[in-house]
Amino acid sequence: MSHDHSLNPETMPHNPEKATLEGKNKFLGLWFFLGGETVLFASLFGTYLALKNSTADGPTSEELFGLELVFLMTMLLLTSSLTSVYAMYHMKNNDFKKMQLWLGITGLLGIAFLGCEIYEFYHYIHEYGFTFRSSAFGSAFYTLVGFHGGHVLFGLCWLSAIMIRNAKRGLNLYNAPKFNTFSLYWHFIDVVWVFIFTVVYLMGKVG
Amino acid sequence: MSTAIAQKRSFAAVLWDYLTTVDHKKIGKLYLYGGGFFFLLGGLEALFIRIQLIKPENDFISAGLYNEMITMHGTTMIFFAAMPLLLGLMNAIMPLQIGARDVAFPFVNALGFWLFLFGGIMLNVSWITGAPDAGWTAYTPLSTSSPGHGVDYYVLGLQISGAGTLMGGINFLVTIVNMRAPGMTYMRMPLFSWTTFVISVLILFAFPALTVGLFLLMFDRMFGSAFFDVALGGNSIIWQHLFWIFGHPEVYILILPAFGIFSEIFATFAKKRLFGYTAMVFATILIAFLGFMVWAHHMFTVGMGPVTNSIFAIATMAIAVPTGIKIFNWLLTLWGGNITINSAMLWSLAFIPSFTIGGMTGVMVATSVADYQYHDSYFVVAHFHYVIVGGVVFGILAALHYWWPIMFRRILNEKLGKLAFWTFFIGFHLTFFIQHFLGLMGMPRRYWVFLEHQGLDMGNFISTIGAFFMTFGVLVFLYNAIYSWLKEEPAPQDPWDGRTLEWAVAQPVPHYNFKQLPLVRGLDALWIEKMEGNGKMTPAEPVGDIHMPNGSILPFIMSLGFFIAGFGFIYQTDTDFAYILLFGGMAIALICMLIRSLKDDHGYHITKEELEKEAD
Repeated sequence: MSHDHSLNPETMPHNPEKATLEGKNKFLGLWFFLGGETVLFASLFGTYLALKNSTADGPTSEELFGLELVFLMTMLLLTSSLTSVYAMYHMKNNDFKKMQLWLGITGLLGIAFLGCEIYEFYHYIHEYGFTFRSSAFGSAFYTLVGFHGGHVLFGLCWLSAIMIRNAKRGLNLYNAPKFNTFSLYWHFIDVVWVFIFTVVYLMGKVG
Repeated sequence: MSTAIAQKRSFAAVLWDYLTTVDHKKIGKLYLYGGGFFFLLGGLEALFIRIQLIKPENDFISAGLYNEMITMHGTTMIFFAAMPLLLGLMNAIMPLQIGARDVAFPFVNALGFWLFLFGGIMLNVSWITGAPDAGWTAYTPLSTSSPGHGVDYYVLGLQISGAGTLMGGINFLVTIVNMRAPGMTYMRMPLFSWTTFVISVLILFAFPALTVGLFLLMFDRMFGSAFFDVALGGNSIIWQHLFWIFGHPEVYILILPAFGIFSEIFATFAKKRLFGYTAMVFATILIAFLGFMVWAHHMFTVGMGPVTNSIFAIATMAIAVPTGIKIFNWLLTLWGGNITINSAMLWSLAFIPSFTIGGMTGVMVATSVADYQYHDSYFVVAHFHYVIVGGVVFGILAALHYWWPIMFRRILNEKLGKLAFWTFFIGFHLTFFIQHFLGLMGMPRRYWVFLEHQGLDMGNFISTIGAFFMTFGVLVFLYNAIYSWLKEEPAPQDPWDGRTLEWAVAQPVPHYNFKQLPLVRGLDALWIEKMEGNGKMTPAEPVGDIHMPNGSILPFIMSLGFFIAGFGFIYQTDTDFAYILLFGGMAIALICMLIRSLKDDHGYHITKEELEKEAD
């Protein structure tokens, strides 16, 4: 069976990621999945809001949070969303090398974000003794932000897997949907972070 | 064909086939076998409960074991019997009804099944060391302070199977949106496919709330967090909200497919098109929408205040409106029809009054002020068994009789079918009708014993007798399944003179379902062709190559990995040795995911020549 769906400029369909039924299914399936993820994070946000003042005489959000680091993290993640858009732009123009380049930058920004988050958690634990077990606020904070961080980590592993797997063979109709679904997932993580930045950090500092 | 070949092959080959299958018809059967097995377990647990309550101050089972029985009965019946039996029917029938060759993600479909099965096994392994005993609702702080590992098994078992259900929901949604046959518009879809679509939306938006609730419970029990620990500022009501934000849509996830099943059966056996099809579709959507707005009616006595209680009470009563629309549409479908009464029809006809009683008591318990009297009494037990048994179980049994010829190539024996129906039907009302009065007289649910001379003796005795009738009915049904397989002739392709696409498929169903996708020209697609004298569907495409997915063992191994990791999570609180299980199991699961991502799987093609040869 010939399944050489390599794209060349003459035969390339307009949207390679949605040119096959499998691609269309993946695209729609991921959107539905993100719908479920929205409820997942909504439940975590609800739990956090219910418990954010339950500090059990431990440190409060005003004492803990430093907006400088969180602002840096926000910029890193927002930029990584932008770079993944560039990557998808090059995918649609069948420029595999540029797509890989921008995806690589996306991944590096994600790693930088994750590094900041690990430093942040480390800081809270060692400077303030603020842990997962110290209060209901601690449990809710680390669970919500940690779930987001876990999603970033999973995204990075996913990205490296498809980048390395396809490094030598370029784009085709089989792998284009994979890159596209990753990019959708990455945007979603970014949107969740915007809510965390607002609800957890800004409201935690001034609320 | 599949069964004919299966009989010739060795047992190992058949086993391997089922372990690696991605065919929606075989996965449907696997769901039915798995769900059927857990249904028997849950039924046995129910029987133990009723024997314990047959007389005052009975000591048939101990108080602790009784708590485990009620917890396991509820959990098993909802998550591991009713859900998988319905998912099995949807898998087996829905793609045929919409004219698709398979579901959108066959691999994920298999994964969903194996996760469900391993989740169910996980939960039941707990019987060895002590089953969960905090009720199927696992309210905190009862569940966070329950000693031993019972509740841990509950958390991990539900977490694993819940992930599988979520995948199943997404899969059905994409299948219905992207893979309907040419001409199969949304408003030409049979009601069973419509309800599959709607409950998939419910699964998608309801299950993540349970996932989060279970995570919080798991963190509190196993990793020392403080979500429900009041001493550290925790709040035990959070669990109730998360559980019921999931739990109330869950009851509609169960009942709406049953509504779809009855709509198919009434139309077929009354020989009329479904009365008020459009109203039925919109009533389904409305019920689903309102189903998300009413979760707090389970919490009227928690102390949320009169305003909250009133809002949720009114929203709850509003659901009676679309449900009433459905009841009247079914009655009007029957009105003036050319009615055939057989086992499938008996279950469907019995559903209408039984479910209406359950719906009526539902409006009673929705009245928040009166609910202070009903709450946690046998009145509530009677109410939800009337809707779940009288609605969902009747629906599943009706569907099994109706679609048995497509799934297993046999028509179930009518005499045995009627015997099973009448004993189960009488037993059901005997068991649960009297419980309304037991509840009104003050008998609380979940109590291990009751005292004599309080007016509760006779009612409980009658209720237990009814449970034995139901058991007998189930055993007759099982006997019927085996008997018809061994003794009955293979069923013809369209034994009921059906109206919808699944009856237009050749028997036995080829693994690619349709050689040529059919052209759908309206609601009740096959019936239209019959009325115009064609008798069969017009193809929408020439005979051509068919793209099929490859089988894979990965879903099985991946689920096994999560299963092993589950034990690691449970026992890491006791011994560091369990970390080997935890990390080992997760590694197995993640490596399977990586293989799935890295290894190209293009599927294969059945060529035009092969298809033409098969036809000869």
